[in-house]
Amino acid sequence: MPRLIKHGSIIDDAWQLMDPDCTVPAPDQICNLDQWLQLGDKNGSAVQLEPGQDPSCLFGALEDIDLLVINFPIFTDGRGFSYARDAREHGYQGELRASGHFIRDQLTYLQRCGFDAFQMADDSHLDAALTSLMDFTEHYQAAIDQPLPLFRRRS
Amino acid sequence: MYVYDQHDQKIIDERVAQFRDQTARFLAGDITDGEFLPLRLQNGLYLQRLAPMLRIAVPYGLMNSIQLRKLADISRTYDKGYVHISTRQNVQLNWPLLEEVPDILAELATVQMHAIQTSGNCIRNTTTDQFAGVASDELEDPRPYCEIIRQWSTLHPEFAFLPRKFKIAVCGSTQDRAAIHYHDIGIELVANDDGEIGLKILVGGGLGRTPAIGSVICEWLDKKHLLTYLEAILRVYNQHGRRDNKYKARIKILVRAMGIDAFREAVEEQWTALKNGPSTLTEEEIIRARSFFRDPAYQTLDTALAISQLEDDCMRDPIFANWITRNTQDHRLPGYRIVTLSLKATGFAPGDITAEQLELLAELSDVYAFGEIRSTHQQNMVLGDVQISALYALWQRLQAAGLATPNIGYLTDIICCPGGDYCSLANAKSLPIAEAIQTRFDDLDYVYDLGPLELNISGCMNACGHHHVGQIGILGVDKKGQEFYQICLGGNQAKDASIGKILGPSFQQKDVPEVIDNILSTYVTLRQEEESFLDTYRRVGIHPFKERAYAKAD
Ligand code: HEM
Ligand code: SF4
Repeated sequence: MPRLIKHGSIIDDAWQLMDPDCTVPAPDQICNLDQWLQLGDKNGSAVQLEPGQDPSCLFGALEDIDLLVINFPIFTDGRGFSYARDAREHGYQGELRASGHFIRDQLTYLQRCGFDAFQMADDSHLDAALTSLMDFTEHYQAAIDQPLPLFRRRS
Repeated sequence: MYVYDQHDQKIIDERVAQFRDQTARFLAGDITDGEFLPLRLQNGLYLQRLAPMLRIAVPYGLMNSIQLRKLADISRTYDKGYVHISTRQNVQLNWPLLEEVPDILAELATVQMHAIQTSGNCIRNTTTDQFAGVASDELEDPRPYCEIIRQWSTLHPEFAFLPRKFKIAVCGSTQDRAAIHYHDIGIELVANDDGEIGLKILVGGGLGRTPAIGSVICEWLDKKHLLTYLEAILRVYNQHGRRDNKYKARIKILVRAMGIDAFREAVEEQWTALKNGPSTLTEEEIIRARSFFRDPAYQTLDTALAISQLEDDCMRDPIFANWITRNTQDHRLPGYRIVTLSLKATGFAPGDITAEQLELLAELSDVYAFGEIRSTHQQNMVLGDVQISALYALWQRLQAAGLATPNIGYLTDIICCPGGDYCSLANAKSLPIAEAIQTRFDDLDYVYDLGPLELNISGCMNACGHHHVGQIGILGVDKKGQEFYQICLGGNQAKDASIGKILGPSFQQKDVPEVIDNILSTYVTLRQEEESFLDTYRRVGIHPFKERAYAKAD
């Protein structure tokens, strides 16, 4: 079973990407955006967004989604950072997972943008990666993990 | 100037530790070149032709004497005893060792400096008017807002992997000395009809391959909305800016493709979610930011006496008189002047400054200018607050150190990128061109007679030397492996901004000074009375210049 970082620890993960030809997900299957849009019952659904698919099309059903995966085919494409914040700021409460080819040095930024789970393409160094989540203990700007900017907290 | 508290210091220290770990992992082979690239760039580190280049941030160009001494120290210990002032007011080391960069950053952190986001596809160091706070034409000091933007943009989690780099400049005066029209975002402090000062926001300016002048996205914004509005712009750009072609990735391309009205609409839509949220500036925060830029301990001076003494000194010493005219400017207070130190002596790379000169500047700033120094985007340095009665003594020290070349704003005050001597992206060398021009035009009387003139040189289309906005711009181009130079005329970075027009086919290196001479004598022949080069050019157009420049070839 693939392993990932969730809520700061390493866990096994049962979710799988759905076959692109299927239309109805089995339990623990993640739809792509087209599949998800065609789902009749979105309750408990899981969906994966790719760069270029901004989350605004999910906004009407955020409460129904259990897992939102934002994929990073290359780590230098930072659209997913904004997608994550956008989804959280519109009230998404479920698991928000980064998947793909991001690197451990991005973990703190991803976490600040609202991701709480990290599925790295190469999962062989998750222990080491965990330490990167602790790179910063103070931040200037507001984000999802710390909604108040430093200027409202300075003492 | 801004002073860190324990929070600021912690953030900077944690950044140093993070980069030390990243560098160690890179050297151990645990991070690939491709992964390390953006990590090091976001700490200002380029790997160049001869050695790495480390760009140190100088937030809005302001430094104190302690920081200058530290830079001198670092340049001796880790480099070759000199540094370079960049066209974005930063400081560059040209020869550090990668292994030692974390130590350099740790040293910088002890004097509240860093290299965060001085390159890479992120929000860069915010720049402003080098005369901020002392200029006589200032509506409001822009530096508190620069500092607010600095803090917001520093290690911003959402905007560290933008389509391309992102530059913000702020200006608070009638004359724009911050080139806000050529930034991804330009901000101007302006009064509305009720006299309340707010922010005018421009978006989509830039140089590089596709020079563009910024468009107004908001005529007047209440200051408290500064950060949420910036965040909305950046979010639209981060989601929709092109990522398929790095030459089309700047926000100027997105703004042009969408049209400014549609772009504004998209920003406004994002903004509705952010507006009045926690990032809205509080009155206390604006007051806090401004408190760092309050007046230093100015004295009430006997101005009449000082001026008559200055006049005497000028009568006695025409070289000094000349320097006063060319290199000093009115201060908003009567007993003081603003002094610009020229880093453009012939025979030295424009913008280079040695460790000894840095230390001298530190000392002089302590004695004469409240311990503060500014760097300028024209690659010079400024002492903002010098008493008129101290100018003669100051000048003698500067003169002895080669820092008093009286050419500020004139032809030989050339803006120039490092070019082919240092930079691996260069098409052609730029420093020898600068030197050849300075050498050819060594007759100061002729240079003054030409009036204020900006000549800018870039070694390639990346335009680090701002060639498009020089009244005369020179661009290195590669023709079948040979170095050639294209010349453009009529650029201008002031409020009536314009982008230079290409004169015609490019020239060989050896011909460039002659061509410049021809262009200048065309101007001298055609100008009416006190008309500047730019005004003459705008009146007569490019053709007379072209005819003359290419006359021999026919
Ligand atoms: C020697 C190493 C350097 C390298 C490799 C380098 C690289 C680049 C590149 C690739 C760009 C273009 C990016 C774009 O247009 O999107 C650029 C732009 C720029 N560089 Fe450099 N540069 C170097 C040194 C400098 C220096 C020394 C200065 C200052 C004197 C400087 C100032 C600038 C500025 C102001 C721009 C922005 C032009 C704009 O607004 O688009 N660079 N640089
Ligand atoms: S303009 Fe080109 S040659 Fe000059 S420093 Fe920039 S990238 Fe290098």
